[in-house]
Amino acid sequence: LQFLNWLEMADEALFQFLHSEIIQYVNSAEPGESENGRCVSKLENMGFRVGQGLIERFTKDTPRFKDELDVMKFICKDFWTSVFKKQIDNLRTNHQGIYVLQDNKFHLLTQLSAGKQYLEHAPKFLAFTCGLVRGALSNLGVKSIVTAEVSVMPACKEQILCKNIKS
Amino acid sequence: MSRQSNRATDSKKMNSELFTLTYGALVTQLCKDYENDEEVNKQLDKMGYNIGVRLIEDFLARSSVGRCHDFRETADVIAKVAFKMYLGITPSVTNWSPAGDEFSLILESNPLVDFVELPDNHSNLVYSSLLCGVLRGALEMVQMAVDVRFAQDTLRGDNVTEIRMKFIKRIEENLPVGDE
Repeated sequence: LQFLNWLEMADEALFQFLHSEIIQYVNSAEPGESENGRCVSKLENMGFRVGQGLIERFTKDTPRFKDELDVMKFICKDFWTSVFKKQIDNLRTNHQGIYVLQDNKFHLLTQLSAGKQYLEHAPKFLAFTCGLVRGALSNLGVKSIVTAEVSVMPACKEQILCKNIKS
Repeated sequence: MSRQSNRATDSKKMNSELFTLTYGALVTQLCKDYENDEEVNKQLDKMGYNIGVRLIEDFLARSSVGRCHDFRETADVIAKVAFKMYLGITPSVTNWSPAGDEFSLILESNPLVDFVELPDNHSNLVYSSLLCGVLRGALEMVQMAVDVRFAQDTLRGDNVTEIRMKFIKRIEENLPVGDE
């Protein structure tokens, strides 16, 4: 069983490396401070398509969700566990379409040093994941805007904000 | 009860799909950014190399394999431990050259290409080029210069995927940088 756990974590590590390398690539393809937004956009769009793809195959047999909150709970539990091997630690909502998902130990941020000067790069490390969530929600019938922020202390706490848009 | 087990297997499936789908999104992005397939292949290889030089540390920490004594041992470790660990598959090691410096990894299935079809205008794309770079970069960090290329590719119509690896030379350990 322990060996199997090693294998699973290796999966995670491989994705982390790929994710990090993709950020490097997108970053170098858009040189200059002013291009940070373009960088983030590109990463977010990539995440979006992957999020859509993941849901496409995952929920083929799962019955439809009874309401929006049900969808968000799915994202927090099943989706987050499949993708990040853990559940979202905290879900808050104003019951009017805004949801805040908190991950206290977001592993994609562990590449980022816990220094203030690296905070400016944090958005790039969150962009793909935001897209992932937005893409997943999209294929579950929920249109949203997803943003994220990170607090460095304690390490890797990430807050994702889903603002569901009513059509 | 059956729904529980479906969810568990779906979870596992979705996790391996994360890598596959992300890789696909990367290739798509590169095809947009570069004029021709050769450029995309080169970029994938380069990115793979960057991943490989870091992955090797991760691999050595996880697997605690000792130093390989020869290229045959290296081949076995790559196929039976590394591939299994990171991609969940075990390619077979075959087609050794008489000199023992070249071999093939045969992949019956390539997890990177699940659900992928090459569009007509990308006939020169070597989709999984990242793997070549990863292997090259990783081995360079353990003092082996190798050449890695795809000899067969299911995406380009072959029955199997075949990666050909050739030992070039041993790399001297880097001496500490002196005053220059």
